[in-house]
Amino acid sequence: MSRPSEERSRIAAVLSSVWSLIAVPLIAVLMALIVGAVVIVLSSVLVLKNPFDPTLPLTAYGALAQGAVGSYDSFVSTLVLTTPLLLAGLGVGIGFRAGLFNIGAQGQFLMGAVGSVAVAVWFAHAPAVIAIIAALLGGMIAGAAWGFVPGLLKATSGAHEVVTTIMMNYIALALLAWIVIGPLRQPGSVSPSTPSVGVAALPIVLDRSGHIGIFIAFLAVPIAWFLLFRTTRGFEIRAVGANPDAARYAGVKPRRLIVLTMSIAGLLAGLAGASVILGVTHQMNTTFSTSVGFDSITVALLGRSNPIGIMVAALLFGAMRAGAGPMQINAGIPVELVDFIQALILLFLIANVALRRLLRLRGVSGAEQTGFETITRSYGGEATG
Amino acid sequence: MRGITKRYPGVIANDHIDLDLQPGEIHGLLGENGAGKTTLMNILYGLAVPDEGQILIDGTPVHIAGPSDAIARGIEMVHQHFMLIPVLSVAENVVLGEETMANPIFLDLHEASRRIRDLAAKFEFELDPDAKIQSLSVGQQQRVEILKMLYRDAQILVLDEPTAVLTPSETEEIFELLRNLAKDGRSIIFISHKLQEVLEIADRITVIRRGKVIGSRRPAETNAEELAELMVGRAVLLRVDRGESHPTDVRLKIEGLHVRDDRGGEVVRGVDLEIRGGEILGIAGVAGNGQDELVEALIGLRRVASGRVWLAGREVTGASPRTINEANVGYVPADRHRFGLILPFPLTDNLVLTSYYKAPFAHGLIRDERAILAAAREAIREYDVRTPSPLVPAQTLSGGNQQKLIVAREFVGDTTLLVLDQPTRGLDVGSIEFIHRRIIEKRNAGTAVLLVSAELDEVMELSDRIAVMYRGKLVAFLDGRTADKNQVGLLMATGRSGSRSAEAPGAAS
Repeated sequence: MSRPSEERSRIAAVLSSVWSLIAVPLIAVLMALIVGAVVIVLSSVLVLKNPFDPTLPLTAYGALAQGAVGSYDSFVSTLVLTTPLLLAGLGVGIGFRAGLFNIGAQGQFLMGAVGSVAVAVWFAHAPAVIAIIAALLGGMIAGAAWGFVPGLLKATSGAHEVVTTIMMNYIALALLAWIVIGPLRQPGSVSPSTPSVGVAALPIVLDRSGHIGIFIAFLAVPIAWFLLFRTTRGFEIRAVGANPDAARYAGVKPRRLIVLTMSIAGLLAGLAGASVILGVTHQMNTTFSTSVGFDSITVALLGRSNPIGIMVAALLFGAMRAGAGPMQINAGIPVELVDFIQALILLFLIANVALRRLLRLRGVSGAEQTGFETITRSYGGEATG
Repeated sequence: MRGITKRYPGVIANDHIDLDLQPGEIHGLLGENGAGKTTLMNILYGLAVPDEGQILIDGTPVHIAGPSDAIARGIEMVHQHFMLIPVLSVAENVVLGEETMANPIFLDLHEASRRIRDLAAKFEFELDPDAKIQSLSVGQQQRVEILKMLYRDAQILVLDEPTAVLTPSETEEIFELLRNLAKDGRSIIFISHKLQEVLEIADRITVIRRGKVIGSRRPAETNAEELAELMVGRAVLLRVDRGESHPTDVRLKIEGLHVRDDRGGEVVRGVDLEIRGGEILGIAGVAGNGQDELVEALIGLRRVASGRVWLAGREVTGASPRTINEANVGYVPADRHRFGLILPFPLTDNLVLTSYYKAPFAHGLIRDERAILAAAREAIREYDVRTPSPLVPAQTLSGGNQQKLIVAREFVGDTTLLVLDQPTRGLDVGSIEFIHRRIIEKRNAGTAVLLVSAELDEVMELSDRIAVMYRGKLVAFLDGRTADKNQVGLLMATGRSGSRSAEAPGAAS
């Protein structure tokens, strides 16, 4: 029988598909670290007029790693910083799978934060369990609404989600400022800020800072994977992304699916925002804003829109954020190096076509909608159609 | 070309191929998809470098490093897909890429037009140099492609499937032109898998299979059956015996159907037809006469502007693709990469493309991977899809196997109606035979079949009844047993069967 040979070719197929998935991200990260190393040496010699020290990058990366995973303490802070990136990254990745370029993760994240803090303040006298669940739901619903609107606009009028989500980001930012100064301002505070979330604060379960949101984020990974690869709805999402015409023939209703996918993406980004408010800052002021929403786009790309890949990418980014401070203290390298490396990773990812040609990677092609295609199509093909 | 060998990882695309081309010769190159024809021609045109062997022109070895090298040596190629810019004129398209203009900055289109007229006169064909490409028929566009080669004074012309999209009369005109070129001493390599055409036009025929030259024949000493056998490696039934049809109840009824294309133009303009179970209605027509839009409207992929459609007595005008599918209608689209397959998805997912949401492939929202895999194995075996595994992406399959995959999905079970749009376009002889046999089997099992094809031979061979579509209308219905090929060809080209006046040019010598 042909069983053993089929088994062997199946293993070969799995291996080659795994390689085709991880080759580009792996190389992008390595290249970014190499270029980062060059810049560390150059800036040390040219700007700070230090003597040439070829081991400086190793010192810097060593300190970065030490600060990220060197102790239990630092590892937990890596996990805390990974949490919002992971949740929002999953949302962006699911969007990519459907061929949607959700730049609005930032706005959905901020709305999630607003929603959760508003509900938390409102539930200030409720039992903790109820307050926490209500506040998390508040964040998720607010984020989902911020995804639903661009989805609805695209489905009904064809307005491109790249444009509408950017606009929604600005609205979210303005709304946040108004809420902090206006309705939710804590009376008597010097600088405008909301009251503390009080009983709705997420319990700390690991070390000094490891809130329970970490587990929610990591639990979302298998859920997202199951949704995409084991449910009919996930099949529809991937089908619409890979070939909208064939999906339509298959009986999928693309408009409904666009709205649904954008809402799920917003929900996850909103949950990310809620996890930061309820788990880390416990209140919101006018300067509340992070780059989580935008970093999550890079995370989704780096993870090739695969939930497991996104988890790995989010851990990497979380670790770099956690290690940045210790690196500055122990090796004298500014924290901005991390931004620089993350930007380089994004650049090398976007340049993946050139990268593949340069490194002669055979058979490494976009296996499905993994983000690159969505981005290129967003600006190219779709405009003509 | 001597001992040309080209290896790709895992395959030898060309294995010591010898091919010689005499001046003034039309050389037919036959072979199935993937036999190595394209690789060989790419080597000749400088797009690929051979691992072994050499190319000699007039007895001297030459090294062709790229297309510009090939062009400099008088080798030109017309690809299967036209490389013309629709909004530019004939003259503008012809001078495109031509570096030998007198004035390096400004185009001298008058001079170009004059030379085009000279060439047209010399080789006895008509072409207005100032006409826009988009206003030309497909046959005329093919002439522009050939003209481009002549303008650069090509001595060796390679034509890849030049007649794939032409009507019989257009094909005849192109053949006339090619014969005139050969008379002028130019050499032509004519690639095709239409056996009859190669037999008609070529002075010599070389058959390639799996990268090797299997045989070389003169048309006088061979026939279509032998050539097909050489191509495929086994005896092939070129004509399926379709037997008598036994029509039953009306399965599809269309009344006064009007459909618009993407640009809003009405391309289906009042179609009425009826198909019964157990019969094949073939729609013949030159591509672009509204056939694709008609079919897409039937399947629910395109809006019906007006008119009504019934399936087995139930009105389905404007129904969704899923409603149509659930009424047991199978559909093989003209463009299998657009509506037929999700190329990056594995064969398993493609095989359940229209049934992924229902038992046994899903229970509620949850997919049943085991049932999907089991059904895929079954379908792959039943329809002889050649693949290393059901889990590889559909894009790794050859065109023939991709089509078999679609057929396996759409022909399954008790179908009421099959809608087949160009079901064998671009396939090799072996796959065509396979699919034709399956179509006949389905018809004999009582399914109604609507077959749309631009291949007149295919329509003639399979159809119990033939309808001719011309400019959005069905201009004639003919009996498949008695229809005459020339008559159908004329209807396809002119929409009328009587007058022969439109056929004057091109038949001069």
